[in-house]
Amino acid sequence: MTQTEDEIFERICALVKHFNIKNIPINQNTVFSSDLELDSLTVMDLLAEVEDEFDITIPLNILPDLETVGQFTTAVHKLLGNQ
Amino acid sequence: MTRDLFEKFDPILNDYNSLPEGEGNPFTVSMEKVLSPTTAIINGRETILAGTNNYMGMTFNEECLAAARDALDHQGTGTTGSRVLNGTYNSHKQLEESLKDFYGTRHAIVFSTGYQANLGVISTLAGPKDYVVIDADSHASIYDGCAMGNATVVRFRHNSPENLDKRLARIRQSDPDAGILVVLEGVYSMLGDQAPLRELTRISKDHNAYVLVDEAHSVGVFGESGRGVAQEQGVEDQVDFIIGTFSKSIGTIGGYCVSNHEKFEALRLVCRPYIFTASLPPSVVASATKALHLIRNSNLRRKLLENSLKLNKGLSRAGFNMGTSGESPIAAIIVDDQDMAIAFWGEMIREGVYVNLALPPATPNRMNLMRCSLSAAHTFTQIDFMLEKFIDVGQRLGLLQKAARLA
Repeated sequence: MTQTEDEIFERICALVKHFNIKNIPINQNTVFSSDLELDSLTVMDLLAEVEDEFDITIPLNILPDLETVGQFTTAVHKLLGNQ
Repeated sequence: MTRDLFEKFDPILNDYNSLPEGEGNPFTVSMEKVLSPTTAIINGRETILAGTNNYMGMTFNEECLAAARDALDHQGTGTTGSRVLNGTYNSHKQLEESLKDFYGTRHAIVFSTGYQANLGVISTLAGPKDYVVIDADSHASIYDGCAMGNATVVRFRHNSPENLDKRLARIRQSDPDAGILVVLEGVYSMLGDQAPLRELTRISKDHNAYVLVDEAHSVGVFGESGRGVAQEQGVEDQVDFIIGTFSKSIGTIGGYCVSNHEKFEALRLVCRPYIFTASLPPSVVASATKALHLIRNSNLRRKLLENSLKLNKGLSRAGFNMGTSGESPIAAIIVDDQDMAIAFWGEMIREGVYVNLALPPATPNRMNLMRCSLSAAHTFTQIDFMLEKFIDVGQRLGLLQKAARLA
C-alpha cells in the first residue's frame, strides 16, 4: 500500500502531539530542536515511535538530517518505498 | 564576520555560569589528598567518597600496590609506544593470558581505556553493510563507537526484548544476509539495572545476530567467579564478545575485549583505537593483572552488595524517591527539580560526602540523580554517616518530612 507524503505527515503529526508540550501549531517547517524544544534523546524516542507506527527501520545515522517535521516525513516516505 | 567556533556552546556555558560558586559547584572539586579507596581530603575536610565506582576497593590493595611498584622500578613509567610499535611488553601479553584464563575464552585484547575498547570494537566490527543494534540507554562510548563506524545504527527501547525482536525482524526482512551486532550492557550504570540477558540473547540468536555485552559495571560484582552478568544469568555461551574495564572493580585504568571468534585477533591489525594510541604503562598492567586474580578468588562481592542494600534500604525508609533498590552497587535518589539536585549535591559535599550529581542527558528518562556507587571497602560506620547526612540535608532542603528517622 503506497501512502502519499500528506498521509504520512498526518500520521507523524499525531505522534509528535505527545511531544508537543507547549501545543504549538505543527507544520512541515516545524523544527524539533528550536520550535518544539526537543533534545536529541527525545527526537530519538520520537523516531522509535515512528518506526513502530510505519513498521520500518529508521537508522540513527540519518538523525542529523531530520531537523523539521517535513524532512522527517520525506525520509519516512522514502524508506517506505525502499523497505 | 566569521563565526566563533565556540558560539555553539553558549547555551551550555549559560547553564554552567548559573551554577553556584565555590564549594557547591560540582565541576570545581579536586581532591587535595586521597587517603584510601573511600576517603579523601576535599575543601580541607575529610570526605567519604561515595561515587567512585571503586567497587572492590582495589586502588590501595597492598598486593596490587606492590606489583605496580615493582613494575615501575623495573620497567619504567610508560611504554611510549603503541601495542603494534614498541608498546607490547611481556606483561601486556601476560595480562591478556590472564583475561583468557579468567573468562575461559580463546582470545583477549587489552585496550588503553574501556572507552576505547567500546569505540574500537564496535566501530571496527560493524562495517558499511552491517547493522549495530543498541539499547536506548547505552553508555556514551557505545554511541560514539556507532558514530565512528560506518554501520547502520538502530536503537531499541531500554531492556525491552519485544522492542529488540521487532527491530531485528525488520532488519532481517529487508536484508536477510546482513551482519548484525547487538550491543548490551550487563549493568546500566545510572540506575544499576541488569539487562535481561537470557531473553535478549535468545532473541538475538533467533535472528542470527552477534551479541556484545559491556560488563564495565558488573565484572567483579556479579557471577560466581566475578565474570559479570552473563555469567550470573548463565548465558556466556550466547555472548560473542565481552567488553570490560580495569577502571572500576580492577582499580586502575584500561579496557579489554574477550571472544571465542576464530578470527578475533584480526582486530589487532584493523582496530584504530587499539593501534593509534600508546599502550598501558607497565605499573598499570601489573596492578590490573594482580587485581584480576584477586577478584576471582574473593568474597568481596557479598560485602559490596550488603553495603548497597544497607544504603538503599536506609534511604528508601527515610522517604527518598529512589531509582534503585540495592540489587546492584548503585544507590540513586531521584530529585525532581534540577536546581534542587545541584543544591543537594553542594550541601552533601559540605557535609563531607562526595556523591555523583548525574543530570540529563547522561541519565535515563531525564532524571536528576544523586548517585552513589558503593564499594566493598566502605564500612557500615561510613554508610551510617552517609545516611545521616543524606537525611539531614534532605530535611533541610524540604525533600523529606522532619519526622523521618534513621531506620
